[in-house]
Amino acid sequence: MRKEFRESINTALHNPNLAGALGRFSEAYRISREKAYEGIDFEAVRTQIADRKGYAASHLDELAERFTQQAEARGAKVFRTDDPAKVREYILELAQQNGVKSVVKSKSMASEEIHLNPYLEKAGIEVRETDLGEWIVQLAKQTPSHMVMPAIHMTKEEVADVFSQEVEAGQMPDIPKLVKFARGKLRTRFLSAGMGITGANIAVAETGSLVIITNEGNARLVTTLPKIHVAIVGIEKLMSDFADVVPVLTALPRSATAQLLTSYVSIISGPVPNTDGTPKQLHIILMDNRRTEMSQDPKFKQALQCIRCASCLNVCPVFRLVGGHVFGKIYTGGIGTILTAWFDALKSSDEIQSLCIQCGNCTQFCPGKIDIPGLILELRRRLAVEKGQTVAQKAIFSVVNNRRLFHSMLRTASLAQKPLKKDGFIRHLPFFLSDMTEFRSLPAIAEVPLRDKFPKIEQPEQTEKAAFYSGCLIDFAYPEMGEAVVKILNKAGIEVIFPEGQTCCGAPARYSGAYEVAAQNASDNINALLEQEVKYVISACPTCTVALKHDFISTFESLGQTDSLPGARALAAKVVDFSTLVKMLVDEGRLTFKEGQQLGKVTYHDSCHLKRTLNVSQQPRELLTKAGYEISEMYEADMCCGMGGSYSLKMPEISAPILERKLKNIKETGAPLVVMDCPGCVMQIRGGMDKDGAEIKVEHTAQRLAEELE
Amino acid sequence: MTSIFDTFKLRAEAVSAEVHRFPHKPAALNFIAHYLQQAGVADSPQSYAVWADCPFLRGVSKQQLAEQIPGLNFEVTRERAAGSKVGISQLDWAMANTGSLVQDAAPVDRRLVSTLPNIHIAIVETNRLLPDMPAVFSKIRPEQTNYISFITGPSRTADIERVLTIGVHGPEKLIIVFVDDMAGVN
Repeated sequence: MRKEFRESINTALHNPNLAGALGRFSEAYRISREKAYEGIDFEAVRTQIADRKGYAASHLDELAERFTQQAEARGAKVFRTDDPAKVREYILELAQQNGVKSVVKSKSMASEEIHLNPYLEKAGIEVRETDLGEWIVQLAKQTPSHMVMPAIHMTKEEVADVFSQEVEAGQMPDIPKLVKFARGKLRTRFLSAGMGITGANIAVAETGSLVIITNEGNARLVTTLPKIHVAIVGIEKLMSDFADVVPVLTALPRSATAQLLTSYVSIISGPVPNTDGTPKQLHIILMDNRRTEMSQDPKFKQALQCIRCASCLNVCPVFRLVGGHVFGKIYTGGIGTILTAWFDALKSSDEIQSLCIQCGNCTQFCPGKIDIPGLILELRRRLAVEKGQTVAQKAIFSVVNNRRLFHSMLRTASLAQKPLKKDGFIRHLPFFLSDMTEFRSLPAIAEVPLRDKFPKIEQPEQTEKAAFYSGCLIDFAYPEMGEAVVKILNKAGIEVIFPEGQTCCGAPARYSGAYEVAAQNASDNINALLEQEVKYVISACPTCTVALKHDFISTFESLGQTDSLPGARALAAKVVDFSTLVKMLVDEGRLTFKEGQQLGKVTYHDSCHLKRTLNVSQQPRELLTKAGYEISEMYEADMCCGMGGSYSLKMPEISAPILERKLKNIKETGAPLVVMDCPGCVMQIRGGMDKDGAEIKVEHTAQRLAEELE
Repeated sequence: MTSIFDTFKLRAEAVSAEVHRFPHKPAALNFIAHYLQQAGVADSPQSYAVWADCPFLRGVSKQQLAEQIPGLNFEVTRERAAGSKVGISQLDWAMANTGSLVQDAAPVDRRLVSTLPNIHIAIVETNRLLPDMPAVFSKIRPEQTNYISFITGPSRTADIERVLTIGVHGPEKLIIVFVDDMAGVN
């Protein structure tokens, strides 16, 4: 990672305006968005969008042809090109032929993607952005910090300064006055411009229509007053039928700004008369710039289902801390990382892809049903293939895969740091490792790993057997969580075995893009876990459960290792997470809680992989309630704690403030106990609470329940 | 049960539009004339009013109205609209669940009166009120008109510090006038 990128992150993190504005907005967003969707079946709408946009992505060429025919029959001129340079040349030539000196633009990300403004300005043509936020950013010579709210990083004082310096001295930091000032100044530009440039939110092939959505009304002026209208349309905006507009128009305003509909929607299906009665020149540029290539990529085709609502930015725990500028390009946030990799270059996404913590929150909100974290992981994989693994990375993975060696190394390190260890925590690490313990304490390494303790656990022999998959954290740091699982399953009459050959689940390798290493981990684990006949393979770590249940299959698929798939599927069928299995055993009457207990308040933290990949969130809550606890829900219970596996080591400066929010939300419930299903979250949150000094117990659900069962 | 009109009114007012309803044309006309006078419409730049030709004006004496309200003009030009305080037009449909108005806006005068002035008075026949977007999409015909406008409340922005501010490039006030019976003539 370059120093410059790290610095840009730190600059963003230490910008109080940015963090304040984005933080407040993201909190308000979830509530107002939900209200805007009242009475609407979001799942149904987004299924329709994914379906219709998916269809369009498979028929881009056909739709572009049909659109061209329709629009040209209505009198528009359509220019289709793959090359951004040709787009710029076309517009400049058109301006010069018609003696255009001044251009007004309503928001067009496609035009920013191809750096149109500086190109036209260099040729002596004045270009004015007219969307207020875009105009502010243009005057300040900055780039937008958010796809929908370009100037969200600026205060009214900064805006007043920019207006005073760049337009007219003496502007006061009063928002209504600033808006009025912009109205007056831009009004004269609208009236005098020779050309209006817009983007389009949708281009309908059936009717040759452009759908343009705004709140300020600038697009209506841009398409009404100048005699030439140029629309720059990325071909992924094409949709087949006029009826396809309805679901997009239903979701886009609700998801983007929590509005039922934007103030203005214009559907332009051909040239309209100018104010002097002459017909307007309507030029529509269908711009490809690698979109067709993207549509032919089986993985990335789905990214063309994006409707540019930016909800993936608004719900991202990382974006709300760092904002858009660290992305360095026009498209920002989760989807922006993917679009940049294609519309700019794969290597442009090298650093920004590392910002994704893989919590999956955005997938719940995306109206195009795009698996954004999945695609970012795929970028990571392709980048890793392109760059190859470093010697250090290879060395790390080979150690991680040798379990005994790994534990003895950790143990040695932990003993060497013995003075640092106190009540089960490591609170300070020296040198470059200090970042790891600056904001949270780390667990001390267990004296004996679970794999060595296991044979000594006394269990009654049973015919029904389950294999326990521990994962690294339970094995080396929290063996007591594993012991709790055994205790509970024994009570239900299930004997637990610990297959010795089990190794790392491969998540660290996979999340670093090292798929070959992950595949080797998968094969080793499949062999170990299927060796002896068991009814269940149970894990008390959701990330491991996801690896066993889903990732092994997809890793093999990605690498084309089809021979390994049957084994992976056989394993997946047996894999179950702790809370799901225990809930089932309780429902079947095989486990019962101690009668009539009143255990007081508890709050529950949803771990990312459990909630969003395994769709488990009610089971642990019901179990805790049945045990006698009263659940006191925290704010944003399903927001990431900032752990993200090795993310917290690679990006401690981002992990720390995410954790800080989590701790605050936990404390505000007033519960003396917070429970979760993931040892990684326990490590992060327990370590954070220890540093914080708060008297709140942090426990794994398994440990909590083991005490309360008959 | 709330009526479709009540839904419209609730939604439109939630986005800062004003909603009025009159049983017949004379009452609506009376309201608009008073409104123009109270808004300070006068025969001087920045105080004009422009009224785009529309079915509502059939049978109405434009001359008489223009005499009654100096500054009101039915010849909508770019300059006149840019110098107007109020613009008036009739819209084709209303969409209840979002409080929106929908119009065939291909004739440029319809767009000039609803973009440039500070206040837009939008007339709509009550029986053109439809429940939702699918209903509206079954009525509008992009193959027959090159410009269809949806208008939902006045122009707005939240681009500075996320503070909602009404009236950026378009009107800062949207006055919606429903007329139940368009046939009645003054």
